[in-house]
Amino acid sequence: MRLDSGNLPDLARGCAVLGTGGGGDPEIGLLMSLQAVEEHGPVAVVDLDELPDDGLVMPCGGLGAPTVSIEKFGNGAEGSRLREYVERLWGKPVVALMSSEIGGSNGLVPVAWAAGLGLPVVDADGMGRAFPEMQQAAMEIAGVSPNPAVMTDERGNTLVIETVGGRWIERVMRAVAVEFGARASSSEYQMTVAQARTATVRGTVSLAVRIGELIRTASDDPVGQLVTQLRGYRLIDGKVVDVERRTTGGFARGRATIEGVGGDAGRSLELEIQNENLVARSSDRVVASVPDLITVIDAHAATTVTTERLRYGQRVSVIAFPCDPIWRTPRGVDLAGPRAFGYDFDYVPVEELRAGT
Amino acid sequence: MPAPEVRIGLDVGGTNTDAVALDSNDVLLAKAKVTTTADVTGGIRAALASVLADLGPERSRVTHVMLGTTHATNAILERRGLDRVVLIRIGGPATHAIRPLFAWPQDLREAVSAGELIVEGGSEFDGREIMPLDLETVRRFLGGLGAGVDGVAIASVFAPVSAEHELRVGELVRAQLGDSVNVSLSHEIGTVGLLERENATVLNAALVGVARTVAGALAAALEEHGLRPQTFFAQNDGTLMALDFVLHHPVLTIGSGPANSIRGAAYLTGAGDAIVADVGGTSTDIGVLANGFPRESTTPAEIGGVRTNFRMPDLVAIALGGGSVVHDRDGVVAVGPDSVGHRLTERALVFGGDVATLTDAACAAGRARVGDPTIVAAQRATFEPALEAADAILADAIDRVKLVRGAQPLVVVGGGSVLVPDELPGVSEVQRPEHFDVANAIGAAIASVSGQVDRIFHPGSGGRQAAIDEACDEARRQAERAGASPGQTEIVEVEEIPLAYLTNPASRIRVKAVGPLGAF
Repeated sequence: MRLDSGNLPDLARGCAVLGTGGGGDPEIGLLMSLQAVEEHGPVAVVDLDELPDDGLVMPCGGLGAPTVSIEKFGNGAEGSRLREYVERLWGKPVVALMSSEIGGSNGLVPVAWAAGLGLPVVDADGMGRAFPEMQQAAMEIAGVSPNPAVMTDERGNTLVIETVGGRWIERVMRAVAVEFGARASSSEYQMTVAQARTATVRGTVSLAVRIGELIRTASDDPVGQLVTQLRGYRLIDGKVVDVERRTTGGFARGRATIEGVGGDAGRSLELEIQNENLVARSSDRVVASVPDLITVIDAHAATTVTTERLRYGQRVSVIAFPCDPIWRTPRGVDLAGPRAFGYDFDYVPVEELRAGT
Repeated sequence: MPAPEVRIGLDVGGTNTDAVALDSNDVLLAKAKVTTTADVTGGIRAALASVLADLGPERSRVTHVMLGTTHATNAILERRGLDRVVLIRIGGPATHAIRPLFAWPQDLREAVSAGELIVEGGSEFDGREIMPLDLETVRRFLGGLGAGVDGVAIASVFAPVSAEHELRVGELVRAQLGDSVNVSLSHEIGTVGLLERENATVLNAALVGVARTVAGALAAALEEHGLRPQTFFAQNDGTLMALDFVLHHPVLTIGSGPANSIRGAAYLTGAGDAIVADVGGTSTDIGVLANGFPRESTTPAEIGGVRTNFRMPDLVAIALGGGSVVHDRDGVVAVGPDSVGHRLTERALVFGGDVATLTDAACAAGRARVGDPTIVAAQRATFEPALEAADAILADAIDRVKLVRGAQPLVVVGGGSVLVPDELPGVSEVQRPEHFDVANAIGAAIASVSGQVDRIFHPGSGGRQAAIDEACDEARRQAERAGASPGQTEIVEVEEIPLAYLTNPASRIRVKAVGPLGAF
């Protein structure tokens, strides 16, 4: 598959669905990648099985405040600087770029960089969705080291960071990003192709394109088709009747209540939000939670409703679908299960929760 | 301070141009409704002539004329009469990844753009410089410009936080190109979101010539009647701009029509908070009156295929109006979305036509009394499902514009308002004010003057309250610059949105100040 002006809008729609309400507005990433493929030509999407075992894969993306990235969206040369440092540090060439995070804007930014570098992107990413913190990555679960992390800004300031692992990567990089003006570009968890085959969430770029295409072309009931495609569940068709927001510790938290309409009349669903949609409850019972994916779809436009755009009166469908199995390992649940976000309950896969209803 | 004596409100819509004359107690003295002409100004002259004729000798007391017009929207949609604009983006090296006007439709870009430049500079979210401003490159670029540049649009990264670089480049442009070239600065036009703000600033610069033409035509039309009133233009938040202000901010006139009808509805009913439905022949716009003003949309507005982020009334538009066609598809009755539109009085059954419309259904049920209702009197039962379907569409749309639970009053205005039933789910009371047919022109005539601030503040030693106070003072000063009476402005809206993912507290603060017209 090649990414060009024809299917990049589909990729953006798919990245929004996999962003589970967060991950930043894919619109900026879409415009960046459209400009890059116009200037440099399309980007090849390659499967990890097609690349040499010892080839170097470079995960990358942006970090910072979404409000800042709509003003200061970047120079375009950040990707080439990251590659230059990564190649120097590893002493070998990068064979392909990879999105650190497919959900939201970061699913598209590496495509723009890859176009400029003439490199392919792999059909995989580091999360299979969006998460707020750097170490919430499949590579961390698989034991890949985040070192050496490289971080750069649009001016050319560049840092190579070695941390002792765990949350340190997140803490150090977040602090530096604020100094850079609350927006930075980075690469971490570089690995060989052989490692990447088991340490990433595979097939997510082509999945996002398929999701976007399905939403664009579905003549009726795009939500139903989406649920089938993602082997997920339609939690409720309803109307947003309450949205409550607060910002604590640098994260936007909140809660939304959706009241059922039509066949779901009489039921209601509560969504708990921390940048992304984290937990769905019905009658005080958890019906889906992180690391499984929960996405709110606008019933009229079939577009993804991001957490900051949720508001009273919207007609929506809430869907939930299973995360990649790597997140269901004990280490995965530790990193990104309900307890990692401060909830006092254990993770149960969405299929099991639904089987009980 | 003498009160204005007679005010004339004019509203140019897609179908009709309306005019009203109000005295200093806001009593309606005259009203007129004429068809909007292709050149737009013809309709204005006709409506004005009609109202002035009705006023008779009172016409000499006309002191103020307020115009709400679709000129700017039409110029962009038709790519006609637009100025040639140069864009200077101050945002290197932080914004090269998306070049200026990248997502614009090709033909609009060709009609407007006379060149684009990105120079180093701009601000961080906390007011630090991204890079020092590269004035030398701007100077060389301006020196190389050929003839045929009418305007310069200047947009700097985080101008809503610090406008310093925009102001410095603006000064240089005026010094180097002279006063014949208009200058638009992004911090005066839009809010956070560089691409949308930049787009709106370029459109603004491109519309200055259109605004001058309209202002000139209005002045000439008034001159023909021996009048030299103070003139104001309606803007899209339901308030007014003084003439010299609109010549610098013409893009803010886009969307003034729905804003005027919401304000007019507020005035006619005295309501401060209500849902307003403006029912026309083809469609119905439903908006929200909050604290006396139209609630603004939070999603980007697209104009002529270009994404902008300036304030627009938050509307739900539905394809339902007096001319909506009633279909019977194998026994299943449906309404619209097609409409006979302005040909209602020839096509509808009650007017002797051959198309069953929603107006016919309303007449059959006794809701409306137009044309010859006896023609459809026997079809009440047949039309009943059509009205039920229409009421359901309306109730659904009303529910969608609400931000809170609970029943709210509904004010209905516009030519098709008889279609709306007296009872609807989620509506506490349906209000049908007198002169509902010219609510938008009344909205223009009674409007006050506003100023708005929307930018990121960093609470310093004074804390949050000091930052909010600073924003309020700035909004009041803006309102006074736009024509509000000094010392009489009041703050009608304060919104604070904390920014996520930051360790140092920063907030986006939105404040609006409104004041009555100043004396002259």
